[in-house]
Amino acid sequence: MKKDRRNLNFILGCVICAVMLLLVILGFFYTPYGPDAMNGPDKFAAPSLRHLMGADQFGRDIFSRVLKGLGTTGWISLVTVAIGGLTGTLVGALTGYYGGILDEILMRINDILTAFPSFLLALVFISVLGPGKGNLIMALSIAFIPSFARVVRGEFLLYRERDYVKSAKLWGASGIRIMFIHILPNALPVILSSAAIGFNNAVLAEASLSYLGIGVQPPDASLGRMISEASAYLFSAPWCAVFPGVMIILLILGFGMISDGLKR
Amino acid sequence: MSDRKKILEVRGVNAYYEKQVLYDINFTIYENEILGLVGESGCGKTTLSKAILGLGEHTQGEIIHHTSRPQMIFQDPYASLNPVKKIGWILEEPLKLKGGIPKTQRREAVMDILKKVGLDEKIASRLPRELSGGQRQRVSIATALINGSRFIIADEPVSALDVTVQAQIMELLLKLADEFQLSYLFISHDLNVIYQMCDRLIVMKEGRIVEEGSIAQVFNKPQNPYTKQLLELEN
Repeated sequence: MKKDRRNLNFILGCVICAVMLLLVILGFFYTPYGPDAMNGPDKFAAPSLRHLMGADQFGRDIFSRVLKGLGTTGWISLVTVAIGGLTGTLVGALTGYYGGILDEILMRINDILTAFPSFLLALVFISVLGPGKGNLIMALSIAFIPSFARVVRGEFLLYRERDYVKSAKLWGASGIRIMFIHILPNALPVILSSAAIGFNNAVLAEASLSYLGIGVQPPDASLGRMISEASAYLFSAPWCAVFPGVMIILLILGFGMISDGLKR
Repeated sequence: MSDRKKILEVRGVNAYYEKQVLYDINFTIYENEILGLVGESGCGKTTLSKAILGLGEHTQGEIIHHTSRPQMIFQDPYASLNPVKKIGWILEEPLKLKGGIPKTQRREAVMDILKKVGLDEKIASRLPRELSGGQRQRVSIATALINGSRFIIADEPVSALDVTVQAQIMELLLKLADEFQLSYLFISHDLNVIYQMCDRLIVMKEGRIVEEGSIAQVFNKPQNPYTKQLLELEN
């Protein structure tokens, strides 16, 4: 029963994410209007067949911008999780498997980084590096390393004591081989689950930072950027904020459900 | 006895963790000999086997291997095989790590050893969780033998199995010992198992060897009071 529910979560999550991915791909090749094309007469047009999700303060089609913005947000989050996740996994694997002085040093650095909320940390990095998409990715990636490192380290601490790891040592396997061929596949479900949660945090962080105006810069569309721009018209033209908001919610819901389904 | 070929010599081994756990351990294992090791938990059996395998820390003394590195068979067949790898992969890995053996030859060796331990070739494409405890223990034995090791440390290899399977695995271990001229260091707390399996026996208590001798000697005329106590408990 329990397993069935998990699988259902996983499948639903995958369906939602697949729809999102299709929308991103659609936005890559085709949008009904140019995402940055301004059209005076359509200013604040309500959702209709002409503009499926309405139009914003410059008369730009919100559906087209949502498609583009979804791509931008998704891409930033994906790259962030990939860089942060790979680095964190590497750090976690080395410290968890070898322990000793390396573990002490890296984990103390990790503690320092963990002491600050990752959002705040990203804020600090951006204030040093300056705003922009590349810097945003860099800042978020660095902010995401500690959580991955900690999770993976815990897994490796657990697995390095297993009898099959001892056997591999007796066969003469190198540390690298034991870490990445023998142990890593066992830790994979946990890592993927963390990656799905990390992706969600990245979506939220990107949206928040862009909302604050220090992430994606205009006229580029990102979901957070769009909500930020729409906040002034929240009551007069709610569709400007609601549709990007719904997209963020769906994206997070989808990955949250996948993560839940992956957990053991 | 002394004219037989020595496989392993342990000379004056001491080991320390927070306190001393092994005191001046001396013994020898000869070719095609099964040496039993008995003692209560915490007496240093595991520390000793680790020291012999070269995995131990804080160990002093001489451990001389006269053949290739020993392999190990563990107690829990559910923890000794990597759960995400297929049996074929697990068996092939020692050969890969040895190096210089072409893929087709490795595959042949895997099929060969599976037959030797009484398993079907189809098992190679299964995952450990699809196997019974006895089958897993057979796979463990196969991984220990596949790259030609002739000295095996068996740490309670049958105590996690139920009685009928226990008998089959013991039979297999004896058969393989004859076929490949193997030597075992056979660690167990079960004197019945030791009696059926071993040629000689050492008894450990609190990090020291308190009795050593052939099975007949130790079982019929135990010298040490601790050994006597163990035998009485068994009867």
